[in-house]
Amino acid sequence: MIGADDIPVIPRGVRMQFDRVRERWVLLAPERTVALDEIGVAILSEIDGQRSFGQITEGLAAKYAAPPEEIAADSRGFLGALIDRRFLEVRQ
Amino acid sequence: MTIQPPIAMLAELTHRCPLSCPYCSNPVELARKDSELDTATWADLFRQAADLGVLQLHLSGGEPVTRRDLVDLVVAAREAGLYTNLITSGIGLTEKRLHDLDAAGLDHIQLSLQGTDAEMADRIGGYRGGFARKMDVARWIGEIGFPLTLNAVLHRQNLHQLPRAIEMAVEMGARRIEVATVQFHGWALLSRDALMPTREQAREADAIVAEARARLKGTLVIDYVPADYHSDYPKKCMGGWGSTGLNVAPDGLVLPCHAAQTIPGLVFDRVQDKPLRAIWYEGSAFNAYRGTDWMPEPCASCERKNVDFGGCRCQAMALVGDAAATDPTCIRSPHHAALQARADAFAAGDAAFTARAAAG
Ligand code: SF4
Ligand code: SF4
Repeated sequence: MIGADDIPVIPRGVRMQFDRVRERWVLLAPERTVALDEIGVAILSEIDGQRSFGQITEGLAAKYAAPPEEIAADSRGFLGALIDRRFLEVRQ
Repeated sequence: MTIQPPIAMLAELTHRCPLSCPYCSNPVELARKDSELDTATWADLFRQAADLGVLQLHLSGGEPVTRRDLVDLVVAAREAGLYTNLITSGIGLTEKRLHDLDAAGLDHIQLSLQGTDAEMADRIGGYRGGFARKMDVARWIGEIGFPLTLNAVLHRQNLHQLPRAIEMAVEMGARRIEVATVQFHGWALLSRDALMPTREQAREADAIVAEARARLKGTLVIDYVPADYHSDYPKKCMGGWGSTGLNVAPDGLVLPCHAAQTIPGLVFDRVQDKPLRAIWYEGSAFNAYRGTDWMPEPCASCERKNVDFGGCRCQAMALVGDAAATDPTCIRSPHHAALQARADAFAAGDAAFTARAAAG
């Protein structure tokens, strides 16, 4: 499970792209395309390979005026699923 | 029925290949080199595909690296905005060419594995020294940092090597392995006796995959195509006919799946004659088995019809002589019991196989 100090990294071979035909954001990965909702786009856009998971969720909580625990829980589930599929890596 | 745009396109750049795997998915009637589309036509097709909604492009063959313009084709694909995957045996790739492909923006490499040692791999691929070359290529891929998927076709003669194949994927730093039991179309159908796994092997593979998936969660993703002749339900071929993907043959024929030419009566369009958009939305071959309206019983009233779309049309054609029939690997097909009995008989067959021919 991703912890507050972990730094999420989008690895090579995975990228976010706007699907201009279907008019939505997608995450492109080997043999897979994941359609992203607004929250998914918001979280992934914050990942810069520098900031920790904790810093990212605090930033999002402030930006959307939402409880940080709630944002962290939602993000943890979303990013955890990406980690299991090897679409996301973490650095300690 | 609203027709959705395609997500994936498989570009068979050539049917030429230094290997001769007996289960090759190319048609028995191979396209000749002089009929292959040129660089500009492929580049234009990539742009048309992206405009149509394709996001993922698979550069395949034959062996795609036999195309001298491969690097230019990758550049064109990336310029069109496509996620670009190279499906290769590795034979013919040099370290320099891999660096050129890296600079061109290639996103991902899928490396095929004919066996986990030289003896097996070179016998199945029909190419002496191929395994050693592939191991070099795997190392260079790792050094450059390309995301890698290993792709192993399982059959009766190499199925016992599955645990080692999974181990090799981890050692090579692959994020994924595709483990596909051989599908019997075209070339493989000629060697069904030699390649058909036994029922016990099929169950063993199920167990190995289940165990490895649990153990390697977060390290290696395992995509698995079980032996359909020994299963209760068919596979969802191509994600549903004309629903998500299309194939383009070396000579420009646009196919709903790689084996579609085995269905008599289907008429295919060529990219040289019509826009890809028209072929996808209006082409008669794409509309022939799209959705569920074409289905006879038992599929028509089956609750799984939107799960597997009645299975594989080419398999129905090959096995019961009717492309619209329920895939006979389905337990609800009237031909299912007979097929399972035949599968056991094939699995007890002779081990000599027919190597794929060379493309002219
Ligand atoms: S399956 Fe074997 S023979 Fe066919 S294209 Fe692939 S590597 Fe070549
Ligand atoms: S009857 Fe047809 S739709 Fe139902 S499970 Fe079998 S193949 Fe699929």
